[in-house]
Amino acid sequence: MLDHLRFREDEPAGAPAVTVDAFLTQTNAAAVRIEPGDDARSLLPFLEQLRLVEVNFPSFGDGRGYSSARILREAGYQGELRAVGDVLVDQLSHMRRCGFDSFLPEKPFDPEDAQAALNRWPEVYQATGDGRQPIWAKRHPANERD
Amino acid sequence: MKILTGNDLKSGAVVWWTGYDWSIHVEDAVDVGDQADAILQREEGARRVNASYAIDAEPDGERGVRPAHIKDRIRALGPTVRPDLTLKPADPNAGNWVI
Amino acid sequence: MYRYDQYDQAMVDTRVAEFRDQTRRRLEGKLTEDQFKPLRLQNGLYLQLHAYMLRVAVPYGTLNSAQMHVLANIADKYDRGYGHFTTRQNIQYNWIKLEDAPDILADLAAVEMHAIQTSGNCIRNISSDQFAGAAGDELIDPRPYAELLRQWSSFHPEFLTLPRKFKICVIASETDRAAMKLHDIGIRIVKNAAGEIGAAFYVGGGMGRTPMIAPLIRDFVPLDQLITYSEACLRVYNRYGRRDNKYKARIKILVHELGKEEYTRQVEEEFAHLLTQGIEPPIAELERIKAHFTDPAFDQGASDDLDLSDPAFALWVARNTVAHKQPGYVIANISLKPVGGIPGDASAAQIHLMADLAKEYSFDELRVTHAQNIVLPHVKKADLHTLWQKLDAAGLGAANLDTVEDIIACPGLDYCSLANARSIPVAQKISQRFAANGKTGELGELKLKISGCINACGHHHAGHIGILGVDKKGLENYQLLLGGCEGDDTSLGKITGPGFTEDGIVDAVEKATEVYLAERAEGERFLDTYRRIGMEKFKEAIYA
Repeated sequence: MLDHLRFREDEPAGAPAVTVDAFLTQTNAAAVRIEPGDDARSLLPFLEQLRLVEVNFPSFGDGRGYSSARILREAGYQGELRAVGDVLVDQLSHMRRCGFDSFLPEKPFDPEDAQAALNRWPEVYQATGDGRQPIWAKRHPANERD
Repeated sequence: MKILTGNDLKSGAVVWWTGYDWSIHVEDAVDVGDQADAILQREEGARRVNASYAIDAEPDGERGVRPAHIKDRIRALGPTVRPDLTLKPADPNAGNWVI
Repeated sequence: MYRYDQYDQAMVDTRVAEFRDQTRRRLEGKLTEDQFKPLRLQNGLYLQLHAYMLRVAVPYGTLNSAQMHVLANIADKYDRGYGHFTTRQNIQYNWIKLEDAPDILADLAAVEMHAIQTSGNCIRNISSDQFAGAAGDELIDPRPYAELLRQWSSFHPEFLTLPRKFKICVIASETDRAAMKLHDIGIRIVKNAAGEIGAAFYVGGGMGRTPMIAPLIRDFVPLDQLITYSEACLRVYNRYGRRDNKYKARIKILVHELGKEEYTRQVEEEFAHLLTQGIEPPIAELERIKAHFTDPAFDQGASDDLDLSDPAFALWVARNTVAHKQPGYVIANISLKPVGGIPGDASAAQIHLMADLAKEYSFDELRVTHAQNIVLPHVKKADLHTLWQKLDAAGLGAANLDTVEDIIACPGLDYCSLANARSIPVAQKISQRFAANGKTGELGELKLKISGCINACGHHHAGHIGILGVDKKGLENYQLLLGGCEGDDTSLGKITGPGFTEDGIVDAVEKATEVYLAERAEGERFLDTYRRIGMEKFKEAIYA
């Protein structure tokens, strides 16, 4: 079974992630953990120093973490973006699309199911900043954007 | 009396607990007393039933069992507006039992 | 109409494979029901009162005859020989087996259809004007914009676990025939002072237990920013919509609690940011889609003559046809509201017939309306009598569009696990009552809408006469509302007072219509009279 799925070459950050509140008052940590109600934008001034952002999904039905992830990537965050908590294989491809590159689920993944989920979508309709070319860009190569 | 109901996982059919299995006929339902939670947990875990719950009902003469709430009586019979699709298509009074 | 290319086809085919795999894992016990439920809901599969129910998407209500035939085939092969057309311009089947669902989705994918996001806390099927491309009063066909939004919203990875469901409607006519302001986002395609086409955004409308009319938050979004602006609206909602209470989770509550100005400010801020992210498809994509929605090859010399010597035909023409933008043509409405029938239901044979008639008489096109009827949008007047004869012979000739017999009703407690009371029997009794007393014609336009619970799938808030079924100590009880309207002058109905039994509500409706007939001024519809004289006289008569 898969305890931790990671799509990065670098070493994982060693220090434990602190809460957003703690981070904003002491701002020297390199790892922070975002809860669904936290404003990901409050971290934007500190992206350079962050090596790990954990986004917690206390329940898989609460989708705020997807927006948090995209906001960080849109602002140029390059470090590890890790989904933790109630993370299920059927959400993996959507989370990848929103910029997550690391998954630490509460209950380990079945490796076969996880692989199948990650390979599921050969095409995508939206540009989400994950580097994948949306269908509309393939239809109009001349209009392709940077 | 307390009886148990739910839906068959594969077909979605409304089913009732008979004491040892699930039946589509409410008249087969048995009183489970205070055993509802234990039975439902076991049966859900084995995927023999889905979305199950316990309801109040009363014995009902030749029809056997009458669920206390109209919603479960409609579940037991079928849509009142399509008698042909209910479990008792030949019984012109079946709809009255619901109401 | 729109046709899939290899990419669109790949998306629906992938979805079938994904759901087949998810269904297998559920049946094998690898997924719990709690985990599986949102996955099946996003494929339109509910667990309802008697079985699983499958809701199939009819994007913006448009389909062709091959698709319509497949809908009939599904009814025969996997269900019990009929389907139910819904107030979201979709079709649903009531007797589906979970193990069949992946095969049904595969049958749909073969004709460019799907059940994607017809339920669940995500962006639902985009609805539109059922007369799009045919109505004389439209600025432009709204469906290309709806299709652009359909593709953007399909599997949008950020918006698949919203606080609650999310409904978008796109229209482009002066007349609102799609209840646009009662959607989470209502978009009206407009022309600005400079003559450019753009989109006006109304956000935060909805029915349900807290009905709200959507306020205008931006009067003009340029077409090359349509997706970006929509994404900004959704992101603010996804981040700040309430998740602590299911009943307060719709965007209407967020807009209401923040205030329209503050919500708009946040959207504009997010919009300014997203404009830098390159998420907007190029205008060439909109142009590509538009090319699918050109006019059919109308007969330019088609005659406007119509022989109305057959009174039954003349009545149907008067009530069920609407002027077409093209001379010599009409928009023909097929009422799925026969007297005493089940609103919105059609048998497989009737669905096949409507498909055949669309092929023969309407350039292979049909529409589903939010009023649960079917439209043949482009019928030559010369063909109308033959068409009507064929409809009438199949029980599809009811001449009652927009009358008191043309009732919107949710499935209610006969089918729905959320319902508190049955809706269909009430609709049946009302249509029978008015067919018997012969007042249907005299009453003219009268929109009657019935919901079997507070979720308002039957749009009772927006009915000139609305009926809401409630549970009163285990017994079905019906509240009466007056004065709702879904059109341009959108208004919400008000409850008259204490509720009624099933027979009592039929009497109450009849009494309300008697007040109208006694009080109406020249040219007034029921709604106009109500608005002029107010509730009191109606109450006096109803509770006398």
